[in-house]
Amino acid sequence: MTDRHTIRLRVNDREHTVTVEARRTLADVLRHDLGYTGTHLGCEHGICGACTVLVDGAPARSCLMFGVQADGSDVTTVEGLADGEQLSDLQQAFSDHHALQCGFCTPGFLLLAQAYLGELSDAEPSEAEVREVVASNLCRCTGYQGLVDAVLATAKARRAAGPDGAGSPGSPGGDPG
Amino acid sequence: MKPAQFSYHRAGDVAEALTLLERYDGEAKLLAGGQSLVAMMNFRLARPAALIDITRIGGLSYLRASPDGLRIGALTPHRAVETTRDPAVLDGFGVLPRSARWIGHYPIRVRGTFGGSIAHADAASEWCLLAVLLDARILLRGPDGERTVPATEFFLGLYETAADPGEMITEIWFPRPARHAALTEFAQRQGDFAIVAAAVSTQVTDGTCDAVRVVLGGVGTRPLLLDTEELAGAPAGPATWQAAGELAAAAIDPPSDGHASGDYRKRLAATLVTRALAQSAMGATGA
Amino acid sequence: MTGGAGAQTTTLNGNRAAPEAALSPSGRWVGAALPRKEDRRMLTGRGRFTGDFTRPGMLHAAFARSPFAAATVGAIDAAAALELPGVAAVFTAADLGRPFLRAVLERDEFVPTPMPMLAGDEVRFAGEPVAVVLADDPYLAEDAAELLDIDWTPMPAITGIEAATADGARQVHQELTGNCMVDLTMCESTSLPGIFAAAPVIVGGTFTSARVAALPLEGRACVAEWDDRDDQLVAHVSTQVPHQVRSGIAQALGVAEGRIRVIAPDVGGGFGLKCVVGREEVVVAAAAMRLRRPVAWVEDRSENLTASFHGHEQRYVVRAAFDDDGRILGLSADIDCDVGAYSAFAFTSAVEPLMASSELPGIYKVPAYRARGRAIATNKAPTAPYRGVSRPQIVLVMERVMEKAARALGLDPLTVRRRNMIAPGEFPHTGVTGITYDEGSYLASLDLAEQRVAAGGWPAERDRLRDGGLLAGIGYSCFSERTAYGTPVMSQRRMRMTPGYDTAHVRMDPSGEVIVTTGTCGHGQGHETTFAQIVADKLGVHPGQVRLRQGDTDLAAYGWGTFGSRSIVIGGGAAGRAAHQVADQLRRVAAHLLEASPDDVELADGAARIRGDDTASIPIGELSRLAYFQTHRLPEELRYGLEARASFDPPGTFSNACHATMVSIDPGTCQIRLRRYLVVEDCGVVINPMVVDGQVLGGVTQGVAAALLERISYTEDGQPATTTLMDYLAPTAAELCPIEIVHLETPSAFSETGAKGMGEGGTIGAPAAVLNAINDALSGTAVSFDQIPVLPTDLHAALTNTGLTNTGLANTGLAGTRTDAP
Repeated sequence: MTDRHTIRLRVNDREHTVTVEARRTLADVLRHDLGYTGTHLGCEHGICGACTVLVDGAPARSCLMFGVQADGSDVTTVEGLADGEQLSDLQQAFSDHHALQCGFCTPGFLLLAQAYLGELSDAEPSEAEVREVVASNLCRCTGYQGLVDAVLATAKARRAAGPDGAGSPGSPGGDPG
Repeated sequence: MKPAQFSYHRAGDVAEALTLLERYDGEAKLLAGGQSLVAMMNFRLARPAALIDITRIGGLSYLRASPDGLRIGALTPHRAVETTRDPAVLDGFGVLPRSARWIGHYPIRVRGTFGGSIAHADAASEWCLLAVLLDARILLRGPDGERTVPATEFFLGLYETAADPGEMITEIWFPRPARHAALTEFAQRQGDFAIVAAAVSTQVTDGTCDAVRVVLGGVGTRPLLLDTEELAGAPAGPATWQAAGELAAAAIDPPSDGHASGDYRKRLAATLVTRALAQSAMGATGA
Repeated sequence: MTGGAGAQTTTLNGNRAAPEAALSPSGRWVGAALPRKEDRRMLTGRGRFTGDFTRPGMLHAAFARSPFAAATVGAIDAAAALELPGVAAVFTAADLGRPFLRAVLERDEFVPTPMPMLAGDEVRFAGEPVAVVLADDPYLAEDAAELLDIDWTPMPAITGIEAATADGARQVHQELTGNCMVDLTMCESTSLPGIFAAAPVIVGGTFTSARVAALPLEGRACVAEWDDRDDQLVAHVSTQVPHQVRSGIAQALGVAEGRIRVIAPDVGGGFGLKCVVGREEVVVAAAAMRLRRPVAWVEDRSENLTASFHGHEQRYVVRAAFDDDGRILGLSADIDCDVGAYSAFAFTSAVEPLMASSELPGIYKVPAYRARGRAIATNKAPTAPYRGVSRPQIVLVMERVMEKAARALGLDPLTVRRRNMIAPGEFPHTGVTGITYDEGSYLASLDLAEQRVAAGGWPAERDRLRDGGLLAGIGYSCFSERTAYGTPVMSQRRMRMTPGYDTAHVRMDPSGEVIVTTGTCGHGQGHETTFAQIVADKLGVHPGQVRLRQGDTDLAAYGWGTFGSRSIVIGGGAAGRAAHQVADQLRRVAAHLLEASPDDVELADGAARIRGDDTASIPIGELSRLAYFQTHRLPEELRYGLEARASFDPPGTFSNACHATMVSIDPGTCQIRLRRYLVVEDCGVVINPMVVDGQVLGGVTQGVAAALLERISYTEDGQPATTTLMDYLAPTAAELCPIEIVHLETPSAFSETGAKGMGEGGTIGAPAAVLNAINDALSGTAVSFDQIPVLPTDLHAALTNTGLTNTGLANTGLAGTRTDAP
């Protein structure tokens, strides 16, 4: 007797209606029911953070949520970060600083950083502070240095650009206000 | 690692949550932040017949400081405690925001809730330790009404509390401030559960300790409040902190496991208690 | 052979892609920090990993696995499972014809044993798969797998080398004696006994390295289906070695290789875990063929930690003789590798002991040597060649031996190293095991590291840490990394399937775009970018016009994949050779049209022109168009397109590095913290410095973790004790300090580009450096360690006896010791 629910959610500003089993994780709903395969599963117990998305603007490990919990919510996945073909400042920084190698953990780090940078307001974080946030997720390829550099550089550039310049056009969650 | 089947219900208010709990007669679990519960369900270590999602219940997320003490709503995220700038909270209860940083990582603190930690009752959990340290009261609501359980009587064993299956935590109340309190812990990696954690508070008058309170985590199946009678009247200073550390190590018989031998846990207890006391003596800012 | 240190560049927290405007105007792409082509799709969530695939009618596989480390298996009752709606089938070994693989070394010292794809009547490690369930979705498949009723009769588990080699021990495989899968004495200098008898100083000890997990973020995965149109099985597999997987499936299932196509799509890391053939992939293939429906399997993290492949569980008993000046006179080693229950295909379980025995002397001139290497079978998960493959361990041994000799003789440990290293004028040097070491910068890298440690104020920082009540120490490791093993070297192992060479195909299409097909299989190393840089230089085009096709067995007749730091040298070398031939074709076409000699034509900036004559040039796109669409205008020998195939099979080439690190130890908590880390490395010509630095950083991180954090544990009865990422401590960013990298450049004479492989160097050198730093920190005590990892609980046990407690470290003003309040 499977408990199924019809849920409605917005993913990257697009409306979806889908019927899913109660036990289906948000990660699996996004990946397989809705086709957003950019969100990846690295552990399914909330440690590696590869599955990180934004739910109603806040970072969430989608392996630790059920799809039904996101009924009525706004979800941002990695597919929603760029503006068409234009990479966001954060995505560009990842490439500039070699913050990815195999790419599997990358979406989770992007969403983690996106959430963190969105909360930063005026403060320019130190390397140690950024390193502590980057320590939320696991990467096996890069040794993390490029990730720390990319997030630091983005924070710096946004601060230099002033309150109106935070994030690039069309990147959700980039506004610290 | 996919969870077993369950029925999902979303409760609109506390009454609805209680009704559902009663209906499932102990076979349902409340779903708040889910940071511990859902992981266990993915492993199929937890297999509740039903989940009652309480995350949309309004009015249960708050931090209210008053002459009455500090009241924290059960659904308050860790992150809200961590980032509060309310001077009334920081003044008397600053140990709580300062300790939030030890809880997992930033995204976990965004979703995980204060009440969730208390209900989960991990023996090394920061909020459980601080609840015992600061003599907090757990407010429960059940089919028969409300009741209050002192934190010192709430944690019964590993993941085991005094809450009845049909009850829900609604608030954690810290009746008295603790301006000289600190929590410190040790784990091999940032964000891991503590191998050993120490929460301490001191009451000092004119350079003498009226009282020293020490709670240890990770040395048994629940937070351990030590008998520190013998420290009353001792001078507030490094020698006493050192003695407290030694007292702590002598008072415990911690288990050995893959991460740490029992003997190493004793060393950690001694070190962490000593350092926490030194920090707590520095005052409310912890600087 | 000329050599010596070439260009030096420094990277410190500044590993950045170079904007194109900063690149050399001559368009020399090799050497540029070109931004990676791979990045765009990865950053936008458009990578295509195996678990992302959905095929119509696809079934999902879940495996029922042994809860026991050793047991015989009786009846498997699938009735309850099959009753669940949506369950299509349950297969056991018998249902699938008992497929197995047998990896073989053709030498007497090796005893081949089969690895069943599904266990039959015996299981040999906890987690071994015994049955597969196929269902409509993975949740359901797990539900059904739980319902299988399996009759187990447990046996006592053999969980360590002592137990396995004890007299009368039960054999993990009936073919074995002493549970030895290989027992090989590689070298036995007859002069050794006399040398030990007469030597003024003998040092040694027992050195151990714990079992570790490769832990790629993407676990293994496979989606297989029968393609009726192409009349072949098509399997998308998260693998480093698609052709070897094809061969494995073919051999296990009795199917011709040509009827199988293996495609590695985007692969989320491998580190050697995925350079062997796994059981589940073969079972999925078999199920897909039986059911004539697509079948998918995605490994979960528990399976990945317990039931895939581990590595590096080794023990060395070593003696080394030195003269009074600290020169090594002789070395004897007994090397035992706990390789788990099965010998992986195709490398075999002998790969660890053989590499250890043959390469132990490393960069040092060891005149007399003896090594016995054994692979011991136990009831634990099997092993695969995890990054470094015995080199982290042999470097640890030699670097500890140098330190011990220095201590015994009262000499500076760096001096002892210098006295024993192969010196600049001595290359090429053929060592006592017959390995020829090509030109490297062993001495120069140590000198530079030592200088930078001094200039960086490390000793003063160490003193400051000590003044604050911590223990602190600095450690070094000097080592080489053997890379790009070609067939001649590989053939010495006598593997039935001998890797080494690789083949590339380069073609230019009518528009001037270039497609390079390789038999290597990148999975994060940036090959789409670096191969394009190599080929672009040859053809005078922009790397943006060069596309790499890799990881598809239908596109390359055979290739060995990506492992062992081989790809840029062997794959890139083959691509360079093939590109050279196509460049030649282009020059000849241009020469024909310009009525010049091909020798006077150069290709650059997208055009072919006569050297020294700016007026005579033709765009390359014009040449390619002509070659395909106007081929009749060309002489016979220049017709029909622009393409070439070439292979490359080098003898191998050694990169080298010197690592230096500083650690602090908090006696109160026994926490070991990394404070400084320096790498001075030489991988010859650097194709893309950003990519190279990334490999160093990632490798060092794994090596540091092996020294401080990671350990796969089993209980005494063979139950896995590290089954989640809470138990197995892979490092986060917070466990590391910034890592400084300095490059030397000694070009390889055995490589088309002058590049050497370097992907494993970080992992190889780091454990020894960290261990030496720990021991330097402990040098005031009677405690030292010859093991990795060194965990706080281990330190505690060792320090307890020394009376070092110092719990009162508060208010030292030391930032960031994690036991302080935030």
